[in-house]
Amino acid sequence: MKMLIELAHFALILAAVVAVVQMIIPMIGAQTDRRNWMALAEPAATSQVILVGFSFAVLMWAFVQSDFSLALVYQNSHTAKPLLYKISGVWGNHEGSMLLWVLILTIFGASAAWFGGGLPEKLRARVLSVQAAISVAFYLFILLTSNPFDRLAVPPLNGLDLNPLLQDPGLAFHPPFLYLGYVGLSMAFSFAVAALIEGRVDAAWARWVRPWTLAAWVFLTIGIALGSWWAYYELGWGGFWFWDPVENASFMPWLIAAALLHSAIVVEKREALKSWTILLAILAFGFSLLGTFIVRSGLLTSVHAFANDPERGLFILIILGVFTGGALTLFAARTNTLEAKGIFGAVSRESGLVLNNILLAVSAFVVFVGTIWPLVAEMAFGRTLSVGPPFFDAAFTPFMVALALALPFGSMLTWKRGSLRSAWLKLWPFAVLAIALGTLVYALQSGRSALGPVGLALGVWTVTGALVDLTTRTGSGSLPERMGRLTRLPGADWGKATAHIGMGVTIFGVAAITAWQQEDIRIAQIGAPYDVGGYQFTLDAVETVEGTNYISTLAQISVRDRIRVVATLSPEKRFYPVAQMPTTEAAIRNGFLRDIYVVIGDAQAEGAYTVRVYIKPFANWIWGGAILMSLGGFMSLLDRRMRLAAGAAKRRKAAA
Amino acid sequence: MLRLFALLVVLAAPVWAVEPHEMLDDPALEARARVLSMGLRCPVCRNESIDESSATLAADLRVVLRERLAVGDSDAQAVDYLVARYGEFILLRPDTSGANRVLWAAGPLLFLSALFIGWRTVRRRPEPVVESLSAAEQAKLDKILRN
Repeated sequence: MKMLIELAHFALILAAVVAVVQMIIPMIGAQTDRRNWMALAEPAATSQVILVGFSFAVLMWAFVQSDFSLALVYQNSHTAKPLLYKISGVWGNHEGSMLLWVLILTIFGASAAWFGGGLPEKLRARVLSVQAAISVAFYLFILLTSNPFDRLAVPPLNGLDLNPLLQDPGLAFHPPFLYLGYVGLSMAFSFAVAALIEGRVDAAWARWVRPWTLAAWVFLTIGIALGSWWAYYELGWGGFWFWDPVENASFMPWLIAAALLHSAIVVEKREALKSWTILLAILAFGFSLLGTFIVRSGLLTSVHAFANDPERGLFILIILGVFTGGALTLFAARTNTLEAKGIFGAVSRESGLVLNNILLAVSAFVVFVGTIWPLVAEMAFGRTLSVGPPFFDAAFTPFMVALALALPFGSMLTWKRGSLRSAWLKLWPFAVLAIALGTLVYALQSGRSALGPVGLALGVWTVTGALVDLTTRTGSGSLPERMGRLTRLPGADWGKATAHIGMGVTIFGVAAITAWQQEDIRIAQIGAPYDVGGYQFTLDAVETVEGTNYISTLAQISVRDRIRVVATLSPEKRFYPVAQMPTTEAAIRNGFLRDIYVVIGDAQAEGAYTVRVYIKPFANWIWGGAILMSLGGFMSLLDRRMRLAAGAAKRRKAAA
Repeated sequence: MLRLFALLVVLAAPVWAVEPHEMLDDPALEARARVLSMGLRCPVCRNESIDESSATLAADLRVVLRERLAVGDSDAQAVDYLVARYGEFILLRPDTSGANRVLWAAGPLLFLSALFIGWRTVRRRPEPVVESLSAAEQAKLDKILRN
């Protein structure tokens, strides 16, 4: 069985060789019109999936079996660890996560080969060739700097265990979703570069790029939401976003991908904004690579501790430079060949989407500048400084507010030439409603900031705006007629409304929790009740309990409202002996309107304990909104028109 | 044995963020201290404010900050006191002096120029396309006309 690991290593090397072939031959084939050269791309892409899939399966098997002759398993696993975390341990470290990264990369590439029957032959060959070039870079990176199959001459008896913070269901699935998102954007990149080489971008091209970008964006949304949700319940004070460099690294591609999604619609429907869309496609993947660089190089101090290594950082910097730089150079050389056909007026759906793109791209740029500024300031001006949440809150938020304000208008305008007046005629009652609700809440809350009311007004405005847009699509007529049409609206319309509602919900959730959170930190005596935010809390008992691979200080806290016991919560403080690390496990009573969040702290004199209690209003709306956004994206993906190109291919085959 | 050992370590585990005994009796003063400490970075942590951090130095800084407020410092004075000792590195909100102006102005400037370019692009009426003849075609036409 030990042979398997050597075989897996060999399979990875072989996959790299196949990728080199797939990078060169189909591209030459496309340039010189050789059909059989181009045809090589598809079997090559499939072979890559099989080879890397085998490699990855063996690594996973080694983790499950706790094969400590592998250095990676020794460093990141332990026999006492639950099975789920043995498996998630495969990508809970640098080497394994890079292997997962290339596995996803090859699967995306092969999908273009498998489902790309409707693509023009040359475009497909070029896309697969560019995709293979990206694979080659990452194979080299793994094989030369981060080999997951390194062996130990003398296998130790047991491993060093996975970082306890990572032993969590939320975090087990956070990285795979992020990688699906990051790597999914490589498809948009490959399509963009292939189109630049071909010198042609048309509606069909956009129709092909959109589902890939949409899928990547949905995955990124889920991945970011999972990470944020994890931070909320794991880090012990219920923070959900910290503007940490690594968070920003995932947020920048998300923002750019969101812009790309919208501009690709304009290319598809109106054949305008072509160069801009290509640029966004390049930047989206560029930011993904930049994110990888930030995470793996350790250049920027972050709470995300990966095994940092300057050599690896340099390697990824080279990959980033070659691909982004190369693509941008190609873009500069070829962009004037992309002629816009569609003409549109200053007030039109197209202009609305241009504004959306400007706001999203500028906000991504603000995040970018803030993230790298400490580096720039140190190298260029000799100033050691920090850029933290207060900067981002101040510099980023205005653009999101503008986006939310403009969204209902933009989505209601018609293509080519719209009328703000007719949009306003449908929207004004809801603007009044939003402002009225905001004012009411402002009056009710005494002496607090305007953040909550403004967030509420924005949320109401965005959500009702999306609903008005949806009902407008049913046209005129009697209510039953319109209801009937509503159910028959295409998936994309429902997806658009759902995603926009999700954005409104998230905006409200973030504003509400930030503005209205209540906090109480005290030394609590066992059995002595006290009040926080309309609830009565009692620390009933504290005991020491032994878990599978940790020891826990387990508290029991009962929560009462005026009438009855609302919840009995059991916050824990765990200690993982193998990793020598403590973690807090907050106990949370989730609710639609508020979360009750309690944390047990250290033992104090006379059997008392430090207890932290938070009332977090509308906390779940933050992730609820993210779920709605990704659901919206998913609904659009299912739209028949999104698959039209694939359908056309099938019909062609049937006719032949 | 392992269990006993672990228990000892649990009892000696690091403190978590703001502790009750650090807090000031005056709620208004304490509230000011909380807001200020959220904007100050813990110098030895990866990327945390002193309000969130469990490091000993963060706890010390929280206490020092509260001492300054208790003796009657204004918010700015208390923060300056710490910046004088730990450098501007601890400010999570970078100031607007010198090169930092670039940082603060970058977003708004890009937004305005993007709006301007976007507006120009949208407003630009396409020139009526005059199909002119290529040199070869012109020559051919001349030839025909001459005959």
